[in-house]
Amino acid sequence: MRKEIEGMTAAGPSHRRVEVGMAVFTAVFALIVIIGSMRVGRDWAEDGPRAGFIPFYVGLFILGASLVNLVQAWRDRADERRFATWDQLGRVSSVVLPTAVYVALVPWIGIYTASALLIGAFMKWHGRYNWSRVLLIAIGVPLVTFVVFERWFLVPLPKGPIEYFLGF
Amino acid sequence: MEEIANLFHGFAVVIEPFNLMLMLVGILLGVIIGVLPGLGGANGVAILLPLTFSMSPTSAIIMLSCIYWGALFGGAITSILFNIPGEPWSVATTFDGHPMAQKGRAGEALTAAFTSSFVGALFAVIMITLVAPLVAAFALRFGPAEKFGVYFLAFCSFIGMSKEPAFKTVAAMMIGFALAAVGLDQMTGQLRLTFGSEYLLTGFDFLIAVIGLFGIGEILLTMEEGLSFKGRTAVISPRVVLETWAELPRYWITSLRSCIIGCWMGVTPAGATPASFMSYGLAKRMSKTGHKFGTGEIEGVVAPETAAHAAGTSALLPMLSLGVPGSPTAAVLLGGLLIWGLQPGPMLFVEQKEFVWGLIASMYLGNVAGLLVVLTCVPLFAAILRIPFSIIAPIILVFCAIGAYTVHNSTFDVMLMLVFGVLGYLMKKCNYPMAPMVLAIVLGDKAEEAFRQSLLTSQGSLSIFWSNGLVGTIMALGLIVLLWPLIQSGWSRVFRPAAA
Amino acid sequence: MTHLDLRSCSRVAALGLAAAFMASMPSAAQAAWEPTRPVEFIVPAGTGGGADQMARTIQGIISKHNLMKQPMVVINKAGGAGGEGFLDVKNSKGNPQKIIITLSNLFTTPLATGIPFNWKDLTPVAMLALDEFILWVNAEKPYKTAKDFIEAAKQANGSFKIAGTGSKQEDQIITEAIQKATGAKFIYIPQGGGGAVAVQLVGNHVDATVNNPIEAVSHWRGGKLRPLCVFDSKPVEYHEKITPDGQTWADVPACKAQGLNVEYLMLRGVFMPGGASNDQVQYYVDLFKKVRETPEWKDFMRSGAFNTTFMSGDQFKDWIAKEEKRHEELMKAAGFLEKK
Repeated sequence: MRKEIEGMTAAGPSHRRVEVGMAVFTAVFALIVIIGSMRVGRDWAEDGPRAGFIPFYVGLFILGASLVNLVQAWRDRADERRFATWDQLGRVSSVVLPTAVYVALVPWIGIYTASALLIGAFMKWHGRYNWSRVLLIAIGVPLVTFVVFERWFLVPLPKGPIEYFLGF
Repeated sequence: MEEIANLFHGFAVVIEPFNLMLMLVGILLGVIIGVLPGLGGANGVAILLPLTFSMSPTSAIIMLSCIYWGALFGGAITSILFNIPGEPWSVATTFDGHPMAQKGRAGEALTAAFTSSFVGALFAVIMITLVAPLVAAFALRFGPAEKFGVYFLAFCSFIGMSKEPAFKTVAAMMIGFALAAVGLDQMTGQLRLTFGSEYLLTGFDFLIAVIGLFGIGEILLTMEEGLSFKGRTAVISPRVVLETWAELPRYWITSLRSCIIGCWMGVTPAGATPASFMSYGLAKRMSKTGHKFGTGEIEGVVAPETAAHAAGTSALLPMLSLGVPGSPTAAVLLGGLLIWGLQPGPMLFVEQKEFVWGLIASMYLGNVAGLLVVLTCVPLFAAILRIPFSIIAPIILVFCAIGAYTVHNSTFDVMLMLVFGVLGYLMKKCNYPMAPMVLAIVLGDKAEEAFRQSLLTSQGSLSIFWSNGLVGTIMALGLIVLLWPLIQSGWSRVFRPAAA
Repeated sequence: MTHLDLRSCSRVAALGLAAAFMASMPSAAQAAWEPTRPVEFIVPAGTGGGADQMARTIQGIISKHNLMKQPMVVINKAGGAGGEGFLDVKNSKGNPQKIIITLSNLFTTPLATGIPFNWKDLTPVAMLALDEFILWVNAEKPYKTAKDFIEAAKQANGSFKIAGTGSKQEDQIITEAIQKATGAKFIYIPQGGGGAVAVQLVGNHVDATVNNPIEAVSHWRGGKLRPLCVFDSKPVEYHEKITPDGQTWADVPACKAQGLNVEYLMLRGVFMPGGASNDQVQYYVDLFKKVRETPEWKDFMRSGAFNTTFMSGDQFKDWIAKEEKRHEELMKAAGFLEKK
């Protein structure tokens, strides 16, 4: 099966596999919900449902629907679509990975510094702009944001060592 | 007639130069607040509230309510351009608004959205002017069972019409309900589905899910197809406003229906969110081009925007006359009234005439001023799409992160946003519908709360949902709307052969 | 939370430096402490509620009268019945630029949900006021006194409904206390907020509420609701005319005098994160003393019929400890403690 797909013009994971993966994911989620709601009481007390009643049945619904989706995806062997080409997935992960790094950095170096790095990296990597323009936008946008949020609207956002060093 | 005289007195108050200036400042600030994720209307009004202490209450409320209008207008901008709804009631605007922008029709979508908002708000203000006491009495009839009926109707008018496979729709919607249930159970005061985690204490906020699913998911889809926005070729000229206006009167039935739905939802404190979803759902069912909804139909922008703003505006009525805020922003305004020493409630209309009618007059003028301001900016907003993707994409990511952070001031939510983003990408690719999931996240816990309050009232008997004419009618309406496709096909099966 | 550690590290270092500096210059140590960054005022409740209104009033008063050099920022952290806000302040140990306003959920939330938090994790600053509770009924109903109402509730055999804010919080505790004191049975219906509770009563969807004065006063003035009695040892001391026919808050009798032996007042107090120095606490105590002197604050107290008791220092700590014990007993008796 895999070979046939690779034989096509551009390779990539099969759509069917991803469908199966999604159905398994929703089923696992359903099980977590069901276990969680059984802990707080899933039955009907005298004066109406208890805390876990509705989530419990919601969980059962998700589980049921996931199983149907799973079986449908599994049996649909005629589906030979690709989910996406590796090339496309590469482009998608070129956004996801830097953003993941960004999100992980925010608690440590604050949102302003992290944003400058993200914007700069993105512009240099994808846009291939020259440094002067990259620096202008990468530093300018967080700076304007800082003024608008911290000074103007008094909304505190996460700050890191640089901001503390500067006394904010 | 006394109302009309009072209203003109109100206009005289608003038209003072100082108040007019406050109005403009308010609108501009409001638009900025509405555009920046993380600064919703409630947030903005709350932040600026203390600044107004040194003004007279009338001037203060004029400025604050103009911030409110500005934020309502501004919310539509990011929904249409970037698929990022900043407020729950802008979600339905993305369904057709964003596809329009992708087709290069951003200017038309924005014009339609702004104009519809204006029409909705105007309709609501006229209603407030003429029938305020009647409406307040109607709002009082809504107990828990009636409230549940309204949520039920909202769900019914929205589901059963998605093109996606039925079981995927069920899975997506139920996942939304499950996510809405996480956190503190309002009815028993117990924590549920948190598994002892401090982070899950607050539950899954709608805004984080939506920024991830819609906003980040959209960027990922765009990346997959190449490095550019589809809407770059948009024709940007001020003439687009007039051309769109020429087209809008065609949808007068949708507008009228949406106005009525909006006013109803705003007065019964169900709010603007169910109003926008319900109105979109009904428009899709009743429109001749309903099957094309979701691909960039202008009617699909008109319906939710009109209803949301009619609701947002009429929500101020229960606030003034009953002291019950119909929206978070109204809640903050309510706090403002108390701080200025004004007691909201039935007596406000009698004792504080100048204030009340000044406010109502500012609703008229504020809306007109707001519409003029945002319409002149339409070409400017649409031009944002011309900024190269490699510059605008990281900036959008940054603003999404700020938006997610400000919900609970938690960096955990920023991570959650990215997870929802990847999930949104996978769901879209695998044909899982996101709209029912978001609807369930937004309204799920409220619907559950109303359901359980009703059952507490009736001590566990389900008969409470048809115990009086009002709740019975709402529930029956819900069922009719839910089963409408079946009814329709049954009708044609019985009558068509005879006609042929 | 890691960034907080980082922050407090740098702050500890800074404090250390400052301490060394001050030690070398004894006269400088006399200078009182002052905030050096914007002060975050945490509200462990939603926007528009009683605590939020009070916090925003204080913010407005401070900025209008220039009582503080740094700005004050109000932040709502309502998740998990306020648990979100309490945990945030607990985790900000040693940060003097953060204060929190509390209501009864200071005691009830940890007890009912098992969130790992206790008021001893915080530094008490001052009690600003106490919020009263009043037994309200719809004005169309025949009951004129608390006694009439309780009799009717007993007749109705447990079908009377009382609406209140939240679950296992102050309103439900009072409802439980009424049941215990009188033997009448009620159905308690939790609602989202005090305003909605009052409207449920105006719309006759429930039989009574125990709303705070400020939440229901407009309906009283509008002739829709009737106050029966206040859950305090004596009537409140506000003699300004409220209703068109000239009734005042002082005309509402104490419940005790009506044979309903229930007393409950809710704390509106301010706390700092743990580990605050005396100088820092004193700064905020002085700040709130100045706030209390302003005409705006006095108006606010009057409009909400607040009990204006002010406490700080050990007196306040003793009061909290006593209240905590009382809440634990009340909640235990009602079966509201978290089941483990």
